[in-house]
Amino acid sequence: MSKRPFLGWFASPSILIAFGIAASFLAIVQYSLRAHVPGSLDPGGLTLDNFTTLWKAIYGQAFLTAVLLCFWTAIFTLLIGYPLAYAMVRAKSPSLRSAILLISLTPLFLGEIVRTYSWMIVLGNRGFVNSALKQLGLIDRSLEFMFTMTGVVIALVHFTLPIVVVMLAAALSHIDRNLERAATSLGAGRIRTFVTVTLPLSIPGIVAAISTAFAWTFSAFATPQMIGGGKVQTISTLVYQVGFASFNFPLAASLSLVGLLFTLAVLAFLNTGVRHLEKFGAH
Amino acid sequence: MKKAPFDHVLDWSGRILLTLILGFVMLPFVVVFIASFNDSAILSFPPKSWSFRWYANVFEYRDFRKGLVNSLKIAGIGATLALLAGAGFAYVLNRYEFKFKSVLNGVLMSPLVIPNFTIGLGLLILSAAASLPRSIWLVVAVHVIIVLPFVVRSVYVSLQNFETRYEQAAESLGATPTRVLMTITLPLLLPGLVSGGLFAAILSFNEFTASLFVVNQRTQTLPVAMYNYVREYADPTLAAVSVIYVAMVAVILLIVHKLFRLEKVLNVE
Repeated sequence: MSKRPFLGWFASPSILIAFGIAASFLAIVQYSLRAHVPGSLDPGGLTLDNFTTLWKAIYGQAFLTAVLLCFWTAIFTLLIGYPLAYAMVRAKSPSLRSAILLISLTPLFLGEIVRTYSWMIVLGNRGFVNSALKQLGLIDRSLEFMFTMTGVVIALVHFTLPIVVVMLAAALSHIDRNLERAATSLGAGRIRTFVTVTLPLSIPGIVAAISTAFAWTFSAFATPQMIGGGKVQTISTLVYQVGFASFNFPLAASLSLVGLLFTLAVLAFLNTGVRHLEKFGAH
Repeated sequence: MKKAPFDHVLDWSGRILLTLILGFVMLPFVVVFIASFNDSAILSFPPKSWSFRWYANVFEYRDFRKGLVNSLKIAGIGATLALLAGAGFAYVLNRYEFKFKSVLNGVLMSPLVIPNFTIGLGLLILSAAASLPRSIWLVVAVHVIIVLPFVVRSVYVSLQNFETRYEQAAESLGATPTRVLMTITLPLLLPGLVSGGLFAAILSFNEFTASLFVVNQRTQTLPVAMYNYVREYADPTLAAVSVIYVAMVAVILLIVHKLFRLEKVLNVE
C-alpha cells in the first residue's frame, strides 16, 4: 500500500491549473517583448520598445495616480475599518455583533459594479449628496465628486473596507485579553490600555490589512473607470484602454508586467516591515 | 463599579462613531434603493414621482437575462471545478511532503496578489496565441484561477482542525484508504467544503475585471452586462438590478450566518 494515498489524483488538477497560470504569465512576458503591428492583433518581432514607451508622461502619471489612490484609500480605510473591527469583536450583545458583522460584510459579496454604480448615484452632480446639500441651502453649485480623485477615493474606501475589517477583526480577536486586564488592574485607563497594549499588539494585523488594501485598490478597475470617467487614469484603466481601444496588446502586456513588479515590490516591503516589527515585539 | 463621567463620554463617542461608519457603509445601498423607484429617467432627489417600471425593465432587457444565465453557468461550473481541485490540493498540502510543494503553492496562491486585469489579459493573450476560441470555457478558466486560493484556504483551515483519530481508527479496523476517505474524511470536512464552494460561487458570480478582458457579446456575464448598460443608458434600471442583487446576497449571507456563523467561516472569532 502506498504511504501517500491519492497524492497523484488530488494534486494533478491543481498542477494543471498552476501550469495554466504560469503559461499566461509567460504569455504576458513574451508579448511585452514583441513589437506592435498597427492594424493587426498578431505581434511583430522582438523589441524593447514597449518598455521605453512606458517612460512617457502619461504612463508615469498613471503610476503616480495609482500610488496616490492606494495611499489615500489605505489610510482612510484603516481609520474607518479599525473602529468597526474593534466594535465587531468587542461588542457585548450578540445581536449587535451579528448586525455589525452582516452590515459591514455584505458589501464584500457585492460586485464592484453594484457598489460603484451606487456611489455614482450618491456622488453625481444631480446625486444624493449634492441634492441634499442644495436643499439644505449649504451649497449653490454642485460639488465635484465625479471625475475627481476625491470621488474615486471615497468609492474605493467603501470597496476595500469589508476585507480590511475582516483582517483587522481576525487580528483583534486573537489578542489575549488578559494582557488588557493586567494593564487595567495596574491602574491604566481605557485609552491608555488601548494605546499601550491593544494597538501595538494589532500592528501585524494592521500591516496585513494595508497590504490587502493596497492589492485591492491597485487591482480595482470598475471604480476608477466609472467614477474617474477617463479623468483619473490609473494602471488598470490604462491597460484596458491600451488593449481594447488601441489594440496594442504588447504595450498593455508590458504595462501590466511593470504594474505587477511594482505590486510585488510594495508587498515585499510591507512584509519585511512586519517581520521587523515582530522581532521588536515580545512574541 | 461606578463609571466615571469620562467613561460615559468615551462610550457615547464610540457609539456615535460606530453609527456614522455603519451609515457610510449603508449609504449607497439606501440611496440606490430610493433611486430605483424614481419614475423619471433622470436622477433627482427626492424623486418627484414613484414607479416600479425599472424593475419591469430589468426582466425585459435581454442582455441581463442572458448575462444572468451565463453567470450562473460560469459560477456553477467554475466553483465546482475550483472545489474539486482546491480540496484535493488542500488535502495534499496539509498531509504530505512532496517535491516542488512550495512552488506549486506559490503559483496557485499568486492570484491573490496579481491584479485581476493582469490575469484576464494573460489568459486572453494565451488563448489568442493558442488560437483557442473565446468560448465560455475561457471565462470559466479565468474564474477557477481567481477563486481557487479562497477554496484552498477554506478547506485547509478545516483540515487543520481535523481530528485524525477517526481516520486512524477506521484504518486499524481494516478500511481501505478509499473507504476512509469516503466514509470518514469527506463527511467530516463537509462544512469546510460547503463554505469553500459557496464562497467560490459568490466570488465568481461577482467577478468583473478579469471577465471583461475575456468575454465577448455571447459569453458576457451579468456584471459585464451591467457595466455595458451604464455606459449606454443613464436611467435607473441598474439601480433596480442593484437592489435585487443586494437583497439576494443579503438573504444568502443571512442563511449562511444561521447555518455556519459568519464569524467562524471568516475566522474572526
